[in-house]
Amino acid sequence: MKHLAAFGRFWYEFVVGDDWTVAAGIVVALGLVALVAHHDVAAWWLMPIAVVALLTTSVWRATR
Amino acid sequence: MRVAFLFLAAFLASGVEMVEALTIVLAVGVTRGWRSTLIGVGAAALVLAAIVGSLGPALTLVPLDALRLVVGGLLLAFGLQWLRKAILRASGFKALHDEAEIYAREREEAARAGRDERAGLDWYSFTLSFKGVLLEGLEVAFIVISFGADRGGSVAIAAGAAGAALVIVVVAGVVVRAPLARVPENTLKFAVGLMLTTFGTFWGAEGAGVSWPGSDAALPVLFAVLLGVSATLVAVLRRGRVPRTAT
Repeated sequence: MKHLAAFGRFWYEFVVGDDWTVAAGIVVALGLVALVAHHDVAAWWLMPIAVVALLTTSVWRATR
Repeated sequence: MRVAFLFLAAFLASGVEMVEALTIVLAVGVTRGWRSTLIGVGAAALVLAAIVGSLGPALTLVPLDALRLVVGGLLLAFGLQWLRKAILRASGFKALHDEAEIYAREREEAARAGRDERAGLDWYSFTLSFKGVLLEGLEVAFIVISFGADRGGSVAIAAGAAGAALVIVVVAGVVVRAPLARVPENTLKFAVGLMLTTFGTFWGAEGAGVSWPGSDAALPVLFAVLLGVSATLVAVLRRGRVPRTAT
């Protein structure tokens, strides 16, 4: 059980890292882009905006 | 252009991680002897090669859009972690990565650790070098594999770039016989973070059904936008940090 928990913790830290909100934000942003693109609306601009917003808020939080 | 960008991203990411692994291997090898240390390195290299060799071809079976969506998300998760740390380091909110300091600390710990012989190996040297190489190499392995989202032999190109970085770092390590403290690691990590985030944004959106204006030409534009935002964040944070440290 201890090894399983350590294994899970390793993968969490490997993929998610210090700020879980960034990982969650990536999932939400990709879902939103898929939703908009599915309705034949140009959605290419959404992802860069989401990435810049995620980066800026994460850095801002780390310095507070 | 995409191939050159891809090669450079894999080469720099691998180089940076291998410089860090080299520091651990050197510290353990110089302090406790080379046999067990190098066996640990070889074992970790075999595990990494097995991961790339098995997962890389398996990805060709996954539908391209689904693959790009997942790989884009993963590259974004890795890239934004690298970029966030690089911005915090460049603006003085996080200590810079110092290989010379890490080398000295690792040597001290290696000298203090007791001797535990298992299967004819110095277990401390074996496990430390195995873990060091495996953990530093794992992210590189995933980056190399994820470039399979580009299809058209990109895994081979990325693996070639990682191999070239490995050879250069090992040769430099053998020649210098000291941690490669002069490598501008923090700047390289900044560049790698930017590249991974660029690819992650590009492929993630493509996988979600987006067509980029200009197709591949969007890559350098994305890179430039991210570079501009990151540089602005560093400048703003540096300016904001002065009065706080003075009080």
